[in-house]
Amino acid sequence: MGTLSRLARRLADLVGAHRAALQPAVCGPGIAKLGATPLDGLPSVGLARLRGTHLKYFAPSTVEEAVGLLAQPNTKVFAGATDVIPQIRAGRPEPDALVDLKKIDRLIAVQCTDAKWIIGAATPTARLTANAEFSAEFPGLAEAAGLIGSDQVQSRSSLGGNLCNASPAADSVPAMIVNGARVVIATANGGTRSVAVQDVPTGPGRTSLAPGEFVVEIEVDRAPARTADAYLRMIPRTEMDIAVVGVGVRVTLDESGKVTDALVALGAVAPTVVRVPAAEAALIGSTLDDAALAVAAAAASAACNPIDDKRGTIAYRTHVAGVLTRRAAVIAGQRAAEKNGASR
Amino acid sequence: MTIAEDPATTAPGYKWVGTRMIRPDGFEKVTGRARFGADLKLNGMLYGHVLRSPHAHANIVSIDTSEAEKMAGVRAVITRADFPAPSGPAGDQDLQRNAMAREKVLYEGHVVAAVAAQTRGQAKAAAEAIKVVYEVLPHVMTVDEAMAPSAALLHPNLMTKGIDPAPTGPSNVASRALYQGGDLDLGFAESDVVVEGTFTTKPVHHGYIEPHAAVADTTPNGRTTLWCSSQGHFTMRAMSAKVLGWEPSRLKVIPAEIGGGFGGKTTIYLEPLAVRLSQKAGRPVKMVMSRDEVFRATGPASGTKIVAKMGFKNDGTMVAAELWMAYEAGAFAGSPAGAGSMTALAPYTVANFLIEGFDVVVNKPKVAAYRAPGAPMSSFAVESLIDEAATKIGMDPIEIRLKNAVTEGCQATYGPKFPRIGFVETLEAIKNHPNYQIPLGPNQGRGVASGFWFNAGLNSSATVHVNEDGNVIVVTGSPDIGGSRASMALMAAEEFGIDAARIQPVVGDTESVGYNDQTGGSRTTLATGAAVIEACRKILADLRGRAAKQWDVPLDKVEWVDGQAQHVDGTQPPLSLEDLAKGWNRTGGPLTASAALNARGVGSAFSTQVVDLEIDPDTGHVTVLRYLTAQDAGRAIHPSYVEGQLQGGVVQGLGWALNEEYIFDRNGKMENASFLDYRIPVASDMPMIDTIVVEVPNPGHPYGVRGVGEVGIVPPLAAVANAVEHAVGRRLRDLPLSPVRILDAILNKDC
Ligand SMILES: Cc1cc2nc3c(=O)[nH]c(=O)nc-3n(C[C@H](O)[C@H](O)[C@H](O)COP(=O)(O)OP(=O)(O)OC[C@H]3O[C@@H](n4cnc5c(N)ncnc54)[C@H](O)[C@@H]3O)c2cc1C
Repeated sequence: MGTLSRLARRLADLVGAHRAALQPAVCGPGIAKLGATPLDGLPSVGLARLRGTHLKYFAPSTVEEAVGLLAQPNTKVFAGATDVIPQIRAGRPEPDALVDLKKIDRLIAVQCTDAKWIIGAATPTARLTANAEFSAEFPGLAEAAGLIGSDQVQSRSSLGGNLCNASPAADSVPAMIVNGARVVIATANGGTRSVAVQDVPTGPGRTSLAPGEFVVEIEVDRAPARTADAYLRMIPRTEMDIAVVGVGVRVTLDESGKVTDALVALGAVAPTVVRVPAAEAALIGSTLDDAALAVAAAAASAACNPIDDKRGTIAYRTHVAGVLTRRAAVIAGQRAAEKNGASR
Repeated sequence: MTIAEDPATTAPGYKWVGTRMIRPDGFEKVTGRARFGADLKLNGMLYGHVLRSPHAHANIVSIDTSEAEKMAGVRAVITRADFPAPSGPAGDQDLQRNAMAREKVLYEGHVVAAVAAQTRGQAKAAAEAIKVVYEVLPHVMTVDEAMAPSAALLHPNLMTKGIDPAPTGPSNVASRALYQGGDLDLGFAESDVVVEGTFTTKPVHHGYIEPHAAVADTTPNGRTTLWCSSQGHFTMRAMSAKVLGWEPSRLKVIPAEIGGGFGGKTTIYLEPLAVRLSQKAGRPVKMVMSRDEVFRATGPASGTKIVAKMGFKNDGTMVAAELWMAYEAGAFAGSPAGAGSMTALAPYTVANFLIEGFDVVVNKPKVAAYRAPGAPMSSFAVESLIDEAATKIGMDPIEIRLKNAVTEGCQATYGPKFPRIGFVETLEAIKNHPNYQIPLGPNQGRGVASGFWFNAGLNSSATVHVNEDGNVIVVTGSPDIGGSRASMALMAAEEFGIDAARIQPVVGDTESVGYNDQTGGSRTTLATGAAVIEACRKILADLRGRAAKQWDVPLDKVEWVDGQAQHVDGTQPPLSLEDLAKGWNRTGGPLTASAALNARGVGSAFSTQVVDLEIDPDTGHVTVLRYLTAQDAGRAIHPSYVEGQLQGGVVQGLGWALNEEYIFDRNGKMENASFLDYRIPVASDMPMIDTIVVEVPNPGHPYGVRGVGEVGIVPPLAAVANAVEHAVGRRLRDLPLSPVRILDAILNKDC
C-alpha cells in the first residue's frame, strides 16, 4: 500500500497548493524578480519548444520594463497564455518574443477602494472568482469569469487576456460591459490612458490598442445599491465550450422594485459585443414583468448580426439571444431585489 | 492487500471469477509510469513529420523534395517513390495507397510525404518545404453525391460487387450486401401499421485520448523493431510489412500501453512511415500525431443514409421490414455496411424482410472500426421505427420488443440459429427496474432501444509459466484496453486455485508469444481467455502427473483442489503449487505450457437501454437525467470492468446521438478538427450510467463468457431520438440531435 499512500499525500499537497493559489491577494505573492533578460533556464523551455523555433521569453517585473520590451518589433504580451499557446500550436504566426505579464505585481492583484474595484489585467480568473466580496457585488461578472474553461484553465486565464484576445464569444466581456468597466492601458511613451471595455475589441482578433500598448488594470465602479448583474451563455455541452450566444444584463431597482437602470450586452452574435439600448429601454421603468421582458427579448434578437458557422446558425443565435436576455434579466432582478435594503 | 473487495459478487461455484481485483496495470497507469506510444526515447532518435494533402481529391502531378532534403537537421525524406507499387488483393492495395498516396490524394489529410529530422521543428519545416503540384479534381462528400449518376469517381476500376448482373462500368459503390427472407409485398399487405422514414448519421470519431504514435529502429542488417500503441501488434506487423514489401518476420513489434482504441487502432498509419524513415536515415525515428492529424487522417465511423420501412400487426407482431442503407467508406472500400445489414434486424423475428447495404467511397478519411462497427446506424433506423409503431399501436416499447424478441433456436435474419441468449432477460430487467416507473415532468421524455452485436472469435495464443516460487506468469499477445490483464489473472487464478495476486499477466511482443489477432470484436476475454484457460489446464495436468509420480500412484488418484495436488483418498499430504515448483528439478524440469486456438463458441451480445432526458424548449438544450443499461455478459469475470464497458459504450453513443459530427467546408476540408468544436461529451454532461449486468452463460465458453465491449454503443442513438420524440412531439431522423436541430424542430412544429 506504500505507493498508494504516497500518492494520496502527493494529491493532498497539490490540492493544498491549489487552495493557496486561490487565496484573494491584494498584491502579488513573493515572486522572484526575473528581470528583463531573456531566460535560458526553465521558464523559456516550454515556450521555445512550441514549434521548434527560437522564440524569446521575457518576464519583466515592472510595467516600465514591460513597456521597454514592447518597443521591440514583433513582441507580444501574454498573461495566462491559454489563448496564445493554442493559437501558436494551431499555426498562427509566431512572435519573435513573448512578454509574460504575470510577474508584475500590479497585474496580478485584486484591490477594492470605496469608489472602485481594480483588477490586475493578468490576475488568474480563479483568484477573482474566489474573492467572496467581489463575487457578491458582481455575481454576473464572477459567473462569466468562472465559466472560462476548466479549473486548470482558470488558474491561468485572465480578464485582460479574455478581452484582448478579442473573440466575439469571450465570456467575461459582456459582463464587464454591463458593469461599465474601463481598462487602464500602459502606452508606448510610458504613460497611461483609460478607455471603456467596449472600445477595446474592434473585430474578431483585433483591438484598439496601439503597438507597444497593453492593459494594466480593469476598473469597475462599486455597484450602486439594489443593483445586480447576471451572465448566461448557451453552449451545446455543459462546460469546456465556446459560447454560441452570451448575454450580460445588469439592473438597478428602486425601493418599490421598479427598474431604474438597465444594461444589456450580447456576445457571439456579432463581430464585437453588442449593447442593446432598445432592450434596456424596455426594462427601465418596468417591474421586469412579462410584457417588458418580451419586448426586451425581441429587441435583443433584433440587435443580433450573427453568422452561420459550425457552432450555430443565424436563426438559432438570434432566437436564443432573446431567450437568454429574458432569463438573465430575471436573475439580475431577483439578485437586485435580494440586495434591497442593504447597500451593496 | 485485499484483492476481492466484494466477495459477495463472486459467481456461484467460483472463487475468483466475478471478484473485483485491483487491475494489475492500475498502479502504473495512475502514477504516470505506464509507457504509452509516445513515451519512448532512444539514443540518436529522430522525429518524423508527415506532409498531408490539403485537397479532398487531386492528382499528384509532381513532388519535389530537393529543397527539403538540404534543410538543417533533415536525415530522410520519403514519398511514394520509397514504397513498392501496390500489389495483391484490392484490400492490400488500398492499405498501401492509404499509407502513402500514389497517383492521387483522396481526402484532406492523405499522406503525401514524410520527413525525419533531428528536431520536430526541423521535420515540420522541411515537410512544408516539399513542393507538391496538384491537379485538383471534383470531390464527393456524401453517399448521395457519390452515388449520383454523374459523380466524380475516386477509383477508375471500382466495380460494384454483389449485384446481379455485374455492372459494366466503375462507380463509387464498392459492394452491396443483401439479406432477405419471406415475401416483402405480402408482409406489408398483412401489416396493420406501416412506419417509414429516411435516417442520416454523420461520421463520428472514437476520440481516444492517446493520439497514434510509433517509434521504429532499423538495424543495418534490415531487422526492425517497432514500438507502437495499437489494438494488435501482430496485425500491425502484418500490415506494415505489406506496405514495406517485407516478410512480416523482419519486423518485431513491441506493444506500448494503449490509451484507448475502440476499433480505431486496428490499422496502420504512422508505422510503415516510421520504419522506412528509420531505414533510410539509419537512426531510430519517432512519429506522433497531433489531435488535428488524428481527426483529419485516421478513421471515423461511417456517415450513413438509411431508408427504412416496417410493418406491424395490431398486436405488435413485426411482419415486414425493408432497409436500404448506404454507408460512407471514406476514400477506400470497406465500410461496415455488411455488419450493419446483418445486425439491423438481428434482435427480432420477422417473417418478411429485405436488407440492402451499400459500401460507398467518398473523399473523406477511410473509416475505421468503431465499437460494434456498422450496428449503431442501422439500429438507429430500426429502433426508431419500432418506437413509432409502438406509439401508433398504443403499446409499451418494451412489450413490443418482447413480442418480437429472438430466443434460443430462432434463426437470425443473417442466417444462423441462436444458441442460448439473454436478450429477453435484458428487456425484463429494464421493465422491472424502478427507473422505468419514475414519472416524468414537462419537457421530459423517456426512450427505449435495444441492440445486438456479434462476438468475434479469431486466433489467440497464450503461454503460462510457473515460477520457481510457485507464482504464475500469463503471457498473451492481446493489448489490454479494457482491463483484460485483470480478467486473464482472475481466470488463471480460478484454474490454479491460487490468489489472483500471485498471477502476473503480461502482454508479450510478437516474438515472445504465439500469434494473436487484435483486441477487438469483443473477443479478448472470450478467446484469449479461452487460450489462457487451456494453457493453465495443460500445466494442471502436468502438475497432477508429477504428484502422481512423486506418490507413485496412478494419475486418477490425484486431483487438483484449492491450489494443491491431493490424493483422492487423503493418504498423502497434499503438494502445493509452491512445493511442486520447488521440486521441478526432480520431476521433469520447468513448468510451462502454451495454447493456441481459433476460438469457437462465440456468444451473441444483447443490450436494452432506457434514457430519460429533459429538453429546454427555448434553447433546444438536452439534459440527460438518468440512464439505465442492461446487457447480457454471459459471465462477468471482473464485474467492474464489465460495468465500465457498459457505461463507456453508452457515453460514446450519447455523444454520437447529441453533438458529435465531422463538419466539412465546401472544399471538403474538415472544419472542426479539435476537441473544442468536435464535441465529445464532457463529464458534467453525463448522469451516472446505471448498469444491470445480466448473466446468461454462453454455452460455448468454459466460464460462460460473452464479449461485452461493443454492443453498449448500439442502442443510445435510437434511445435518445425516441426520448426526444416523446419530449417534444417531433420525430427527428437526422443525427446529431444538437440544440440547433432540436430548437428548429420545436419552433417549426407545424411544418
Ligand atoms: C480549454 C480552454 C477552454 C476555454 N474556455 C473558454 C470559455 O469558456 N470562455 C472564454 O471566454 N474563453 C475560453 N477560453 C479562452 C481563454 O482561456 C480565455 O480567453 C482567457 O481569458 C484568456 O486569458 P489568458 O490570460 O490566458 O490570455 P493570453 O492567452 O495570455 O492572451 C490572449 C490575448 O490577449 C493578449 N493579452 C493578454 N493580456 C493582455 C494585456 N494585459 N494587455 C494586452 N493584451 C493582452 C495576448 O497578447 C493575446 O493576444 C478557453 C481556452 C482553453 C484553452
